[in-house]
Amino acid sequence: MTLAVRSSNARQSSIVTAAKSAVLCRAVSKHYGPVQALANFNLEVSPGKLVAVLGPNGAGKTTAIKLLLGLVRPSSGTVSVFGGDPSSRATHTRVGAMLQVGRVPETLEVSEHIDLFSSYYPHPLPLAKTLAIAGLESLGHRRFGVLSSGQKQRVLFALAICGDPDLLFLDEPTVGLDVEARHQLWQEIRQLLGRGKTILLTTHYLEEADALADRIVVLNHGTVIAEGTPSEIKARSAGKKIRCLTSLSSEVVETLPGVLNVHEDRGKFAIHCSEAEPVLRQLLARDLEISGIEVISAGLEDAFLALTRERTGDSEAVGKRQSLSTQHRNRFGAIRAGRA
Amino acid sequence: MATSTASVVFPDRESPNLITICAKEVKYEFLKCLRFPMYSVSTLVLPLMFYVLFGLLMGRQAVGQIATSLYMITSYGTFGVMGASLFGTAANLATERGLGWLQVKRASPMPVFAYFLAKVVLSLIFSVIDVVLLLCLGVIFGGVHLVPGMAAKLVGTLVVGALPFCAMGLAIGYFATPNSAPAVINLFYLPMSFLSGLWIPFMFLPKFVQQIGVFLPSYHLSQLALSLVDAGRRGAATGHWQSLVGFALICLGVAWAGHQRDQKANG
Repeated sequence: MTLAVRSSNARQSSIVTAAKSAVLCRAVSKHYGPVQALANFNLEVSPGKLVAVLGPNGAGKTTAIKLLLGLVRPSSGTVSVFGGDPSSRATHTRVGAMLQVGRVPETLEVSEHIDLFSSYYPHPLPLAKTLAIAGLESLGHRRFGVLSSGQKQRVLFALAICGDPDLLFLDEPTVGLDVEARHQLWQEIRQLLGRGKTILLTTHYLEEADALADRIVVLNHGTVIAEGTPSEIKARSAGKKIRCLTSLSSEVVETLPGVLNVHEDRGKFAIHCSEAEPVLRQLLARDLEISGIEVISAGLEDAFLALTRERTGDSEAVGKRQSLSTQHRNRFGAIRAGRA
Repeated sequence: MATSTASVVFPDRESPNLITICAKEVKYEFLKCLRFPMYSVSTLVLPLMFYVLFGLLMGRQAVGQIATSLYMITSYGTFGVMGASLFGTAANLATERGLGWLQVKRASPMPVFAYFLAKVVLSLIFSVIDVVLLLCLGVIFGGVHLVPGMAAKLVGTLVVGALPFCAMGLAIGYFATPNSAPAVINLFYLPMSFLSGLWIPFMFLPKFVQQIGVFLPSYHLSQLALSLVDAGRRGAATGHWQSLVGFALICLGVAWAGHQRDQKANG
């Protein structure tokens, strides 16, 4: 009896807030034992929008998704989805999720997996449509175990969308995909947005957040360090990057006025600076042989690195944290290098 | 009252039929395991093979008052339903818990009980197949005579008796890791089978082995099956059933503790 009353109250409150936000996290903290995964995390996703949570490995992105699916409970703060309890079945019938998973039962066929997950939802998409949206038309009768990793990701995507949910959680959906497969999935995500779906996506591909998101939330060490539209995030770095071939030493280039930092690799320079023109004048004056000059706006990657670096500066006193963040940066650097 | 509120708020969001969900969950659990040789071969082929080797080819001598071929149907039947239940629940649960698949299911609107129901029903289906195939082999090649009613009673007893082993499987599945599960299961399954007289008839086992054996659930189940064909040892059926129920409750308690441990790990 008490339960019935409580659930009907929850439903009533869901009418009130449903129009406002699909996803709402207020001052959420989450510890796993002594490890703090999220600290004072705030997030709001309006219906029909795509918000990207961007951050390096271990930033707390997956924890945020798990909280919003009711798979873990917050240590403090409130989490609500469509104004209701994220773990309730009523909420789950409006939500689809693509999580990172170690192993999916391999002896079932693609269409069998989809058929089963579709049965959980009140108004699933027809099988053929789910297969078409996920680009799996020709693979319906293949067993999961024989698929390529890109195809496997697409099956997980299909399981997330097969119930035609209003809200989608995509936890690093394109991890491990090649460029072509990644762009294909982006296309599918854009189509879902076109149909009015709300999407929360996590990624450590900065390009992905830039390409898809209405808003980006940058997460590092469980804290939001920046939030805004992709162009606002980029503006925060407010800089240019000059690439060139020069015989000057990096020590000399670093001392030029307006230069923020310099990367040198066998005479090839990438110079990050606040304004390009004064630096270019100096370079041209000092090195007559200079060649291959390119000037580009600092991208999201540079903005991100700048933001995470700012943050690291703040906590330099805490030795352990410092070393952790260095690790993260290195990992992030590796990803970056891999994509370059 | 609550239902009327629900129909106002979600007019087009009625819940999907629970029976449909459970039926599909069972169907795909069955197909998944049937196509997985490590499960289907070890649970179906092994007991049958042992039965052919020890029950049929070892001659027609009697064990106590009944033919070996009939005696061994009950003991390898017990062995078969134990294997089907332990592997059907523990191995699947440990793998899916440990490698994230259970989490994907829990993030979906699947009712959690459907997940566990499917594991148990699948184990029972394989148990029925096991016992029926043993009976067919015995009747066709072993000269076993059983009236249909008695055969049905034997199948029923062994399959209901498989339930405590499903509970045991859930308990193991909650504590074993994906890699350790098969080893942990065998570590319980094989010694239990031997000590309960499922391989060598109980009466031929050394005295001290018998003294251990009487405490095992597999012993009680095999005695229930044997008593149906008038070859049980002394002791009333009620006592055996009580032991099995007690064992099942202990296992469910352990499984519950494992479930709580998982929940706690997630805060």
